[in-house]
Amino acid sequence: MSVATHDHSDEHDAHGPEKGLMRWIRTTNHKDIGTLYLLFALVMLFVGGLMALVIRAELFQPGIQFVNPDFFNQMTTMHALIMVFGMIMPAFAGFANWMIPMMIGAPDMALPRMNNWSFWLLPFAGAMLLATLLMPGGGPASGWTLYPPLSLQAGDGFPFTIFSIHLLGISSIMASINIIVTILNMRAPGMTLMKMPMFVWTWLVTAYLLIGAMPVLAGGVTMLLTDQFFGTSFFQAAGGGDPVLFQHIFWFFGHPEVYIIILPAFGIVSQIIPTFSRKRLFGYDSMVYATASIGFLSYIVWAHHMFTVGMPLAGELFFMMTTMLIAVPTAVKVFNWISTMWRGSLTFETPMLFAIGFLFMFSIGGFTGLMMAIVPLDFQYHDTYFIVAHFHYVLVPGALFAALGGAYYWLPKWTGHMYDETLGKWHFWLSTIFVNLLFFPQHFLGLAGMPRRIPDYATQFTDWNLVSSIGAFGFGFAQLLFVWIVVQCARGGQKATSQVWDHPEGLEWTVPSPAPYHTFEEAPLVK
Amino acid sequence: MRIAMLLGSRLGVELMLSLGKSALRALAAAAGLFAYAHAHADWATNLPRGVTEISSRIYDLHMLVLGIVTVIGVLVFAVLTYALIAFRKKPGVASATWDHSNLAEFIWTVIPFFVMVGLAIPAAQALILIEDTSGSELTVKITGYQWKWQYEYVGKNYSFYSTLGRESNVARQKNSGRDPYAVDNYLLEVDRPLVLPAGVKIRYLITSNDVNHAWWVPDFGVKRDAIPGYMNEGWFQVDRPGTYRGQCAELCGKDHGFMPIVVEVIPESEFDAWLRQQVTG
Repeated sequence: MSVATHDHSDEHDAHGPEKGLMRWIRTTNHKDIGTLYLLFALVMLFVGGLMALVIRAELFQPGIQFVNPDFFNQMTTMHALIMVFGMIMPAFAGFANWMIPMMIGAPDMALPRMNNWSFWLLPFAGAMLLATLLMPGGGPASGWTLYPPLSLQAGDGFPFTIFSIHLLGISSIMASINIIVTILNMRAPGMTLMKMPMFVWTWLVTAYLLIGAMPVLAGGVTMLLTDQFFGTSFFQAAGGGDPVLFQHIFWFFGHPEVYIIILPAFGIVSQIIPTFSRKRLFGYDSMVYATASIGFLSYIVWAHHMFTVGMPLAGELFFMMTTMLIAVPTAVKVFNWISTMWRGSLTFETPMLFAIGFLFMFSIGGFTGLMMAIVPLDFQYHDTYFIVAHFHYVLVPGALFAALGGAYYWLPKWTGHMYDETLGKWHFWLSTIFVNLLFFPQHFLGLAGMPRRIPDYATQFTDWNLVSSIGAFGFGFAQLLFVWIVVQCARGGQKATSQVWDHPEGLEWTVPSPAPYHTFEEAPLVK
Repeated sequence: MRIAMLLGSRLGVELMLSLGKSALRALAAAAGLFAYAHAHADWATNLPRGVTEISSRIYDLHMLVLGIVTVIGVLVFAVLTYALIAFRKKPGVASATWDHSNLAEFIWTVIPFFVMVGLAIPAAQALILIEDTSGSELTVKITGYQWKWQYEYVGKNYSFYSTLGRESNVARQKNSGRDPYAVDNYLLEVDRPLVLPAGVKIRYLITSNDVNHAWWVPDFGVKRDAIPGYMNEGWFQVDRPGTYRGQCAELCGKDHGFMPIVVEVIPESEFDAWLRQQVTG
């Protein structure tokens, strides 16, 4: 580095944000990038949600009323891809960007320019994915799992889908590298690993999962691409390939992906519950160990997604048992959260409501998960609405509720204003009622015999589908309330103190609200 | 007075009779309504017990596991709800300051572990039964196509295709104007069902000619993927003659929802005659 550069950076030490659009395009500030991630996720929530409503409208009653079966399949596929890669993962990356440096007393992320790039890949990747809907042959229609040979029966959009998954993967990998380097190198003096807030811990494990899993997905979809365009036969039986190989590759990525989504949610809930219980997180050490063991186990359970492909008995037994083992650290977490509340002084502000909703409804998803781990039962549940109900319980009142709770929890820190508590509570209760109306009946549909991914159904499935669709529209519209609350909070409202809540723990509450553009330029000393 | 009493009791009896009659009528109407609602849609909420050893083993295991998670769920949610109510913030009451308990954490790590081991044992037993295809008397080869099934009676020199029933196929078209309720077994009817003998252990081989499919008949407890290049196998034995319905359970393209499965199980003697007739005729 030349001296001139050094002078240059001195000049910049006290700078504020650039003005106008260029601030957001060129920003290397972790708070700006966090905001961008969160806003992108919010937009994608509605894009993916709209697709869900197309699905639920079509399933409102038997017969085909609105969309053709092929477009229906495009909707289920795109809904999943958008929600997983475009909504929930960027949402948690947004939390990571905003909160990790502030929680560990670092001035910014370790690799700020890469940070900018990992965000700005997303809108382009997302736009390219959405653009496939307008191409001849339409968007991907083989389910988000992209199983060949079906996924190879695709239109012109196919390579664009693959390329967009590549870009989303690169973005995630860069974000993960950034998070790991930041956490391992930029902690304030005294912030030992075992003193880090749980949210930071869960993201550290998540980042390692991402680095392990995303390249595997990239490899798998690249093999799809060469099968389609370059004459290879990785997955084509006619050329000596193996269609089941793709399923192994996909789920070797796909199962860690499940925990990539849920671990940061665990982290956020572990921040919220102690604050509103006015009591320290119970069993911090065992929470860390549970997180790490969930991370490890997530790599050795993948084949439980494919019990019906015809595995050897020994394989079925192995994957059944490893899967059941995951219930142990997960149960530990739930018990620890309840113990955190035990003999605390609870209040029920909106973030706490979402965290409690998470506890109840994530547990329901956990129970059905345990049921599906049992291979003979999975033979009946597999690919029915029972699994749809299961993973939506884990993802919506699970991961999404945690993200919403986290947004309410830190909004005052981000904006400097309190959000409207009454509206927040309305948002919570409407979401909770409708999300259960939406997903609980799907358990019944699956058990009664309705397969997933069908645009039309036999008449005995009408009633619960009708209830579920009503729930879907209610839940969708309830989220508009959230947008209104966020806009209102960003524009004004009661001034937030630097602590915001009643003596919360953590470095982020020692800086003013809104958090200044640069925080912890001098590292705080953690005792 | 007497007359009045007599009149009164007559009136009373009549009143009771007529009340009884209308109550009966109401009851009948309610039953009728219920039956009507039942016929149209049954708000079904659970797995069927099914008609095979496999399906009833799965059903029993399902009820056991459902029972266990329900009990655990009720306990955990009760404790959680109690905590939410009992430990609300009250003036003058400070939070406890403890933040761990090795004993408690040890206990609630070990207990779930043993619950899991306890569940794994009956699960493994059922699984071993399900995977044991030995001793079968008839082999049927099932091949998935976009979007129909082919059934081949292995060694009997007979096979045929089975596709969605015509009436369903008309009614399922977009804006067909047909009422799905007016179609018998809407989307669960085929032109030619798979015919099988009752009381015979049947081994099935399953593969696909194009993309992945899955052959699922809930009443049999059978769901197995049909994958090109793979020959999967399994078995079932149906003792009760009847018609059993299922659907493709693996996304296989635009008409994935429209390739149902119908299995007609008939007495063994009739089956032999039926098969002979099909092969020769």
